[in-house]
Amino acid sequence: MSILENFYIISLIKVAIVAFILLTTLAYLQWIERKVIAHVQLRVGPYRVGPHGLLQPLADVVKLITKEGLMPSHVNKLFYLLAPFVAVTLALISIAVIPFGPEISIGPVRTWMQLTDLRIGVLFVLAVSSIGVYGVALGGWASNNKYSLLGGLRSSAQMISYELPLGLAVAAPLLLANTLSFREMVNYQSGYWLGFIPRWNVIPEILGFIVFMIAGFAETNRVPFDLPEAENELVAGFHTEYSSMTFAAFFMAEYANMVTVTAVATLLFLGGWQPLFPEPYSDVIPILVFLLGGLVSLYHGMNPARRKDKFTLPAAGLVFLGIAAIFALSVVAPPLQDTLKPILLALFWFCGKILVLLFIFIWVRATLPRFRYDQLMRFAWTGLFPLSMVNLLVTSLVVALTSK
Amino acid sequence: MTALIFIIFAGIAVFCGINLVVQTHPIASALSLIGVMGSLAVLYLQLGGEFIAAAQVIVYAGAIMVLFVFVIMLLNAGAEATTFQVSRFVKYFGVLLLAAFLGLISFIIQGALPKTEGVVFGAYTGTALDVGRKLFTSYLLPFEVTSILILIAIVGAIVLARKEI
Repeated sequence: MSILENFYIISLIKVAIVAFILLTTLAYLQWIERKVIAHVQLRVGPYRVGPHGLLQPLADVVKLITKEGLMPSHVNKLFYLLAPFVAVTLALISIAVIPFGPEISIGPVRTWMQLTDLRIGVLFVLAVSSIGVYGVALGGWASNNKYSLLGGLRSSAQMISYELPLGLAVAAPLLLANTLSFREMVNYQSGYWLGFIPRWNVIPEILGFIVFMIAGFAETNRVPFDLPEAENELVAGFHTEYSSMTFAAFFMAEYANMVTVTAVATLLFLGGWQPLFPEPYSDVIPILVFLLGGLVSLYHGMNPARRKDKFTLPAAGLVFLGIAAIFALSVVAPPLQDTLKPILLALFWFCGKILVLLFIFIWVRATLPRFRYDQLMRFAWTGLFPLSMVNLLVTSLVVALTSK
Repeated sequence: MTALIFIIFAGIAVFCGINLVVQTHPIASALSLIGVMGSLAVLYLQLGGEFIAAAQVIVYAGAIMVLFVFVIMLLNAGAEATTFQVSRFVKYFGVLLLAAFLGLISFIIQGALPKTEGVVFGAYTGTALDVGRKLFTSYLLPFEVTSILILIAIVGAIVLARKEI
């Protein structure tokens, strides 16, 4: 019984790792978003700070910290400062119940790649996200600004409306798997139909998945549902009066909510860390992906016309090749097969699915225009809500007929 | 450990409850009510009623109170205006009377409590499965009656909110 087998020590280590990775991801998600939107619009995006603009998030953080935190006149200080705190805390807390992979063993320690498994994990995420409205609503109200107030009101009305189709869309896979725990949800989705079609919920629940993603866009206040911060109507909506770190808190909350929504979509509909292909192929796919990425980067890096990237692209290529080598080693070398392989494979598939969904979020932002407010409300109540209701009814009928 | 958590969250619940009455601003009162509901959810969780705890947060703190806050913000209600003057007599004797009243109440409750074992933390199962099974077997009639009541309320709300045709 070494000190490392203590529950509290393991939990502390896991919390530290997850918090570090999550916060870094949030910072770089914004960089990725700017880059992707730039490339969609045929620009290059952030390019000046660091190689290929890679240090841009760091520069942004330094800029936001050193800015003056303004306090508007005649505001209630407590509510004004409480709002960003509530928003960011509730946005970050959901990660505690998200499982990243199966049970693993490192040396003598056996642990789950998850901070904690609640029996009501899905409900926990729903509860936290429903409380998350207060950050936005309170921030809009406490700013003592009519634009902020309108943004806060719009946001609370929108989030209440879209929580209904979201909750109903979540209920359908819960019925199929007959559990509220994320871990059992993913275990339910293991295996393959006919040997090659993954048994993910997205196949029987394609309607629910689409409704969930659309409602997820509205819940995170993203384009095309970003009415609370519509800049041509409301300046910047609920965070007009916020500056410096309080603004950064709202900003971070938005990206953390995006990560939570995509992670929940992955776990409920896309099979969590279950690979897309059956056993022997699922081991090879990550190697091939990183090998291909590395070779493409090297090829473009060697191109003399790309003077600005003559260092970054080859370096990135070598990093990709190194990751491919690590994956290959974990598959081939016998001592690593039991320890490293489950970790790497689960992380690859889970993070891969989340990144694909995040890319869709960014892609939509770069392409779609914004709804009008009455369109937004009509879409929720007359479009999504009946659709998710029908989906739930059909699912429950099928479950009732097929279960013993 | 469980006793410590209980004391902390019971304390928060009582503090928020008092704050709810004392505060003059409606938003502050509404936020205190959310605090009461959140800490009650923690207490349910401690007893083992995890589904009830989640439902408490989702329904009360996440839906009903959002509507409260929404309406308060929409009407832009300001701080409550106090029109009456409190006399010095009331101020000093009120405290004594309140203390006497609280003492009396606690004495009566102490006497009326059944002399059985106390509550054990986590001894009750309140999973979603248990709640659902009870709801659709033992309490089916109250459940259906409540559903019809809510349906009537929804129809009534639509009739009241409908524009004149």
